[in-house]
Amino acid sequence: MIRLSHVNKSYPNGAVALKDVSFHVARGEFVFLTGHSGAGKSTLLKLLYAEQRPTSGEVRVSGHVVSALRGDAVARLRRRLGIIFQDFRLLEDRTAAENIAFALEVTGARRDTIAARASRVLAQVGLASKSRAYPRELSGGEQQRVALARALVNDPAILLADEPTGNLDERATRGVFQLLRDINAGGTVVVMATHDLDLIRQSTYRTVEMRDGSVVYDSAEEARAAGGR
Amino acid sequence: MRLLFREALLSFRRAPVLSGLSITTIAFSLFTIGLFGLVAINLQQALQGLEERVEVVAFIMRGTPAETIAQASEDIASFPEVQAVNYVTEEQALARARRELVEFRDAYRDLQVNPLPPSLELRLKPGYRDAAHVGDVAERLKGFSFIEDVRYGRDWIQRLDHLRNLTGILGLVIGLVFAAVAMVIIGVTIRLTLLQRAREIHIMRLVGATNWFIRGPFLLEGALKGLLGGLLAVALCYGGYLLFRQNTASFNGIIFFQPFQAATIVGFGVLMGFAGSLLSVGRHLRHMGGRADRRAA
Repeated sequence: MIRLSHVNKSYPNGAVALKDVSFHVARGEFVFLTGHSGAGKSTLLKLLYAEQRPTSGEVRVSGHVVSALRGDAVARLRRRLGIIFQDFRLLEDRTAAENIAFALEVTGARRDTIAARASRVLAQVGLASKSRAYPRELSGGEQQRVALARALVNDPAILLADEPTGNLDERATRGVFQLLRDINAGGTVVVMATHDLDLIRQSTYRTVEMRDGSVVYDSAEEARAAGGR
Repeated sequence: MRLLFREALLSFRRAPVLSGLSITTIAFSLFTIGLFGLVAINLQQALQGLEERVEVVAFIMRGTPAETIAQASEDIASFPEVQAVNYVTEEQALARARRELVEFRDAYRDLQVNPLPPSLELRLKPGYRDAAHVGDVAERLKGFSFIEDVRYGRDWIQRLDHLRNLTGILGLVIGLVFAAVAMVIIGVTIRLTLLQRAREIHIMRLVGATNWFIRGPFLLEGALKGLLGGLLAVALCYGGYLLFRQNTASFNGIIFFQPFQAATIVGFGVLMGFAGSLLSVGRHLRHMGGRADRRAA
């Protein structure tokens, strides 16, 4: 589903964000992307949803060479991805249901299907009763669930999560994480950047650790090596 | 389509002050252009009145046979520039002089011989009443052997020509300057709206809205602001026109825009609003893409 081959990313000011990063994420996988701040996790995710382009190397998502996409092709790629962030990125002047409807409207969904689809995903994240609440009336965990519902409404093949629990307390973190597990169990690839070592320890998912722009550890590689021994 | 209109109108509701400000600035820019336009069309109208009086007089030698004059009159009337030819006999010329030149009435009454020669008075067609054409016609008239002299007030016609050219050039220059200013203002107000809605645009991009989909409401918003600004400007111009007409009895002849001229001002507003938004949004979206790259650095 995702393949990075010798990807480098540097900026005009000389800063290097990624150094020769190569890895592959298979269909149905859940991958933790971990490492300190500035290790390159967010940059890597941005390359996946074409917010940035690699300086060299190739990024493939669902068979498309993302680095070569331009204009509306980028928009079409993003409709097949779900993306959530630490700061939720909801529109404050719209209700939970309207935030989700907005994502459908701007991608040209049929009007008569929008309300039903918004209700379905809100129910999926356990917020059916809060559809008319504005973001400021919701807790952090609930806001992240609305963002998650928005990410899921187009039935994405891949969900990219950039520190989705970074602003949440322990209980809300568990709730959101459980939702991500459920989504993954339904067949969606999940790539989650996180600092939260507890979450990583609690689960058996693949972990890719980054440091100074390079992949320094990949649990899948380790398992393969152990298997080959 | 409905979403396009809703999003465009929503921005008016979300930022009424900013929207009001941009409509007002557009209106005032167009109002200034409109006022100048009013002056121009009234000046043009006045010039037309003056031009209608442009006349070429060809004095005829005494003793020229009437048939020759009649034949020549027909030839002259078929000049492309000539609208009408009027033959004034010696007697008619004297009668007119007695009637019009009141202070010399006594002198004309006591005359033994008529000192005034017969003449041909020519009126030229509109579009041929400038110095070049008038001079051209005068030269051709001098070619007739029985024509003694041709008068046409050369200086006066040249001054009229200069005034008209100056009005045209001044109108164009001032109009263009104000149009540029208005477009910059529209661009800036749209840019402010864009900055205000940067988060929304960011989210639209993230969930996969195409660039044209993002641009659409802003372009419509710009065009709507241009439309409202244009309508307001025409209304202001009309107010100014009424006020001027009420307070200056001597200018009763002044005219207002024809419907198509007023529509042109409004149309110009729409065009400026659209173009201002297009430039501003295009630059902003490109800038947002570039900034994402730099921000992560």
